[in-house]
Amino acid sequence: MKSSSTKTIVATGLGAALFMVLFMFVKVPSPVPETNLQIAYGVSAFFAALFGPLCGFLVAFIGHALNDFIAYGSPWWSWIVASGVSALVTGLASSKIAPRVEEGIFGKDEIKVFVLYTAIGQAVAWLLVAPILDVVLYKEPVNLVFTQGAIAFVMDLLCAAIIGGLLLKAYASTRTGKGTLSKND
Amino acid sequence: MKTKLFSYNQLDTFVHRLSGLTKLLCFILLTSTVMLTYDIRVNIVIMILSAVMMRISKIRFSQIKIMLIYVLIFLATNFVLTFLFAPMYGTEIYGIRHDLFTIAGSYVVTKEQLFYQITKFSKYLSVIPLGMIFIFTTHPSEFASSLNAVGVSYRVCTSLSLTLRYFPDVTRDYTTISLAQQARGLEMSGKAKFADRAKSIAGILVPLILTTIDRIDLISNAMDLRGFGKNKKRTWYARRPFQVSDYACMAVCALILLVTLYIRFVINGNYFYNPFVQ
Repeated sequence: MKSSSTKTIVATGLGAALFMVLFMFVKVPSPVPETNLQIAYGVSAFFAALFGPLCGFLVAFIGHALNDFIAYGSPWWSWIVASGVSALVTGLASSKIAPRVEEGIFGKDEIKVFVLYTAIGQAVAWLLVAPILDVVLYKEPVNLVFTQGAIAFVMDLLCAAIIGGLLLKAYASTRTGKGTLSKND
Repeated sequence: MKTKLFSYNQLDTFVHRLSGLTKLLCFILLTSTVMLTYDIRVNIVIMILSAVMMRISKIRFSQIKIMLIYVLIFLATNFVLTFLFAPMYGTEIYGIRHDLFTIAGSYVVTKEQLFYQITKFSKYLSVIPLGMIFIFTTHPSEFASSLNAVGVSYRVCTSLSLTLRYFPDVTRDYTTISLAQQARGLEMSGKAKFADRAKSIAGILVPLILTTIDRIDLISNAMDLRGFGKNKKRTWYARRPFQVSDYACMAVCALILLVTLYIRFVINGNYFYNPFVQ
C-alpha cells in the first residue's frame, strides 16, 4: 500500500468501525451449537494484510473493545487483546502481500502466505494469549479456558482465512496492474 | 437497527460535568482495584459505589436493561461452565474442603467452590456498572481526547475517533447493501441453509468493503490536504479543563485503590481473600 501514514490511520479507524458493525450485527450460527462464526475476523485479517500489523492490531482491538463496551458495558480484556494479536501476526505478512495485491495479483503464492500467517496468528491468539490472560487476569479455571480457546481457534481461523482471502481476491480484482494496457491495432 | 453509538445522554449532573479524562482515570483505577484482588468485600464496596454513581448520573433502568440481560446470561453460562470444568478449583485455592452435597460422581458442591464462584460473579458485576457509567456520561469526542491525555499517541486516538464517527455510516451502508441484496432475492433469514447464508454474507461483504476503501481514500486525502500529521502534538476541541471536583474524584479513587492494596498485601497477604483458614 502507498506508505502514507494518514491513509493507515484512516484505514484503521474505518476498519475498526466495519469490524464492530459485523461483530454486532452479523452472526452466522455455526454447526456447533451455541456458537457463532464471527465474520469480523475476516475483516481484521483483510486490513492487516493490506495495511500492516499495527493497523490490523488496532482494527481488531478497538473494534472488539468498543463492541464489548456497548453490548456488555465492560470489556473482557483477555479476549480483546487476543483478537488484536491474531490480526497483528497476519499483518506481518503484509509486506509480501500488499504490494502484489495493489498490482491486482492475489495468486497461489500470496494465498499460501496469507493462510500461513493467519493460521499462526489465530493459533497464538486463541491457544496461547487468550487462555493465559484469562488465567492471569481473571483467574478462570485452566481447562475451561483452553477448551474455549480451542473452539474459538477453529472457528476464527475458518472465518479469517476464507472471508479474508475472498475479500483480498475481490479487492485485487479492482486494482489495475502494470502493463495491463495494450495497444489496439 | 441501532445506529446510534454510545447511548450517551446529554444531562447536566455531577458525573457529566467531570472531565472525560477524570472519568477514564477513575474507571481505570477502580477496575484495577477489582482486578488486583479476589476479595468479595472489595467487590461489594465498589458495587455500592457504582450504584450510587448511577443514581447521581440519572441512568435509568430501561437504558441498561438489555445490557444487563446479556451480562447475566453470560455470567450464568460462565458460572455453570466453571463448575463443570473445575468443580474442585475452590478447594484447591483455599486449601480446605467442606462438602455441602453431591450432585453426581466427582461433582461435589463444596463451600469453597461456592465462595470462589460467588466472588467471581460479584467481581464481574462490580466492574460492569463502572463501564456503563463511563459510556453513558462521556461524550464520544471527549473519549478520544482523554485517551490522548493519558499518553496514547494522537494517531491512535484519531483512529479511535474516526471509528466512533463512522460507525453509524458503516452501519447505514451495511443496512442499505443488505436490503438491496435481499430485494434481489438473497435469503438472509434462518430459513436458508448454512452454506447459502454464508454465500449471501459474502454478497454483502464485498460491496461493503469496496465502499469502505473508497471512503478511506476520500477521508485520507482530505486530511492530507489539511496537513494532518505534520506536527508531533495536537490539541483537542473537546478537552475540558480540570475543576476541583475532578481532583477530588481522582483522589477518592486512588485512595480506594491504596486501601485495597493495603488489604491485599498486609491484611490478607494473598491474592485470594480466605475466610476459611485463619
